[in-house]
Amino acid sequence: MAKGKKVITPYLYLLPTIVLMCILLIIPIVMVISYSFYDNVIINKNPVFVGLKNYATVLTDPTFLVAIKNTLLFVLISIVAHFLIGMLFAMLLNTRYLGITAKGIFRVIYALPWMFTASVIAIVWRMMLNPNGVLNFLMMNAGIISEKVEWLASRDVALSAVTVINIWSGYPFYMISILAGLQGISMDLYEASALDGANAVQTFFRITIPQLKPILVSLLMLDFVWTLQQFALIWMTTGGGPVNATETISTYIYKQGFSKYQYSMASAGAVILLIICTIIGIFYVRQQKAGD
Amino acid sequence: MIGKKKLWVQILIIILLVLGTAWAGFPILWMLLNSFKPNSEIFAWPPTWISENFSLDAYKAIFTNPEQVRFFMNSYAISAIVVVVTLVIGILAAYSFSRFDFPGKRVINTIIVAVQAVPPITLLIPYMSLIVSLKLFNTYGALVLTYMVFTLPYAILMLTGYFNTLPKDLDEAVMIDGGTRFKALWSVLVPPSVPGLVSVGMYTFMQAWNEYLFALALTKTNDMRTVPVGINLLMGQHAYEWNQMMAMSVLGSLPILFLFLFFQKYFIAGMTAGSVKN
Repeated sequence: MAKGKKVITPYLYLLPTIVLMCILLIIPIVMVISYSFYDNVIINKNPVFVGLKNYATVLTDPTFLVAIKNTLLFVLISIVAHFLIGMLFAMLLNTRYLGITAKGIFRVIYALPWMFTASVIAIVWRMMLNPNGVLNFLMMNAGIISEKVEWLASRDVALSAVTVINIWSGYPFYMISILAGLQGISMDLYEASALDGANAVQTFFRITIPQLKPILVSLLMLDFVWTLQQFALIWMTTGGGPVNATETISTYIYKQGFSKYQYSMASAGAVILLIICTIIGIFYVRQQKAGD
Repeated sequence: MIGKKKLWVQILIIILLVLGTAWAGFPILWMLLNSFKPNSEIFAWPPTWISENFSLDAYKAIFTNPEQVRFFMNSYAISAIVVVVTLVIGILAAYSFSRFDFPGKRVINTIIVAVQAVPPITLLIPYMSLIVSLKLFNTYGALVLTYMVFTLPYAILMLTGYFNTLPKDLDEAVMIDGGTRFKALWSVLVPPSVPGLVSVGMYTFMQAWNEYLFALALTKTNDMRTVPVGINLLMGQHAYEWNQMMAMSVLGSLPILFLFLFFQKYFIAGMTAGSVKN
């Protein structure tokens, strides 16, 4: 009796978690996968099994292919820029030329974009990027552009504009994490490197980067997955437009499901997105386990 | 030579600091300035910096409109419930992970780590029918439960880490004295973990406060909308009252800014736990 009780004790503590995860994670994933093999799910009470037809339709839909291309550009440029800006700011905040107070103040200022929710970021940037907005004014005065640009309404620049907004909103996560990592690097390593006669650039590539590697790998994988799923920011700035210049996989899935009520197609798109994220997720889990 | 090099580096650093401040801070400053302007001045050319018609009218408009006050009430209520429930369930689960070895532990642990990679939009499609059949559509319950799918795993991972740093002798001492495991958990393990609970709680609050997609799709009536969805609603309804949207953005950002500025250490600990390992 006592032994039997002991066996179930850990599961009792986990019970609320297991119930929640079963109902709202495992079952929905099974549901969405099964939806993707049926026609007209949710709307039709008796959907017909159609095998891989939805996948074939989605993968040959020109809009979806544009969405994949846009998503890749958006994700790759975002994460590279996040990394570079985050690294630069972290190094800047870690120099010995700055006093403790100055470091504290600049750390708060540089981290600020992280504190704003996507709808606030979207609305503020829509205001600034308006043809009559302050950014056009500043850039025209600085001679960078010669006439007012419709940043979010022009097919040529909308994707770049949305990417810049995403870069602005996401780099602080890198900066804060890298800064924490930099402060964890032993001074001995830097002293040894200086004794070897290494210059600043050599030290950066031989000591700093290798020491930060586990953090950087985690950051890049997390950011890849998050940026891949970015919906709110794009939805509230351009809604995927003009035409489909900023259509990404997320906005495509959302439109299929919630504007066109094509839940089967949306499910097929959602499963494709899930597969990509799962592959990266597996690498992330391995990385986390290796760190333990 | 060395002095020259240092001067050169110092100038470069100052330039970078100024550029960085403009890049990070200008959009926020512009939001704040525009919340004090009359709507007609938002797109003035050349722009006005500090308006001669400086006023708090936009804020008054938000505070005197019951519909918009309701967005804030909803956001505060939902975020607070999510934080409390996440912490309670998270503490129980973390205790199990920290103090027991049992069949299935690794599988459950892997699922919990992997949740971070599951796209919310993938879950949203089945939620549409699931939440309706659970009779939760357009309720706080729909948002609280679906937010917890993402807040709970993070809480469990962080709290397990905290509990692992506390020696097992602590809770065993309570049990030798005749106390239950449950009592040992709450009286011995939880009190020294308060800093961890604060970090987890703040991160959870931020996730719940900022969530947009589920709030957009799983609620329908304006009295159930949260701040992130509500800001966007202002756009259609009132024909672009930019100054009011800015005022609402400022007000909607205050809770997170407050947490960040006054509890920076905990805030950063919660934020970096997923990527930085000590």
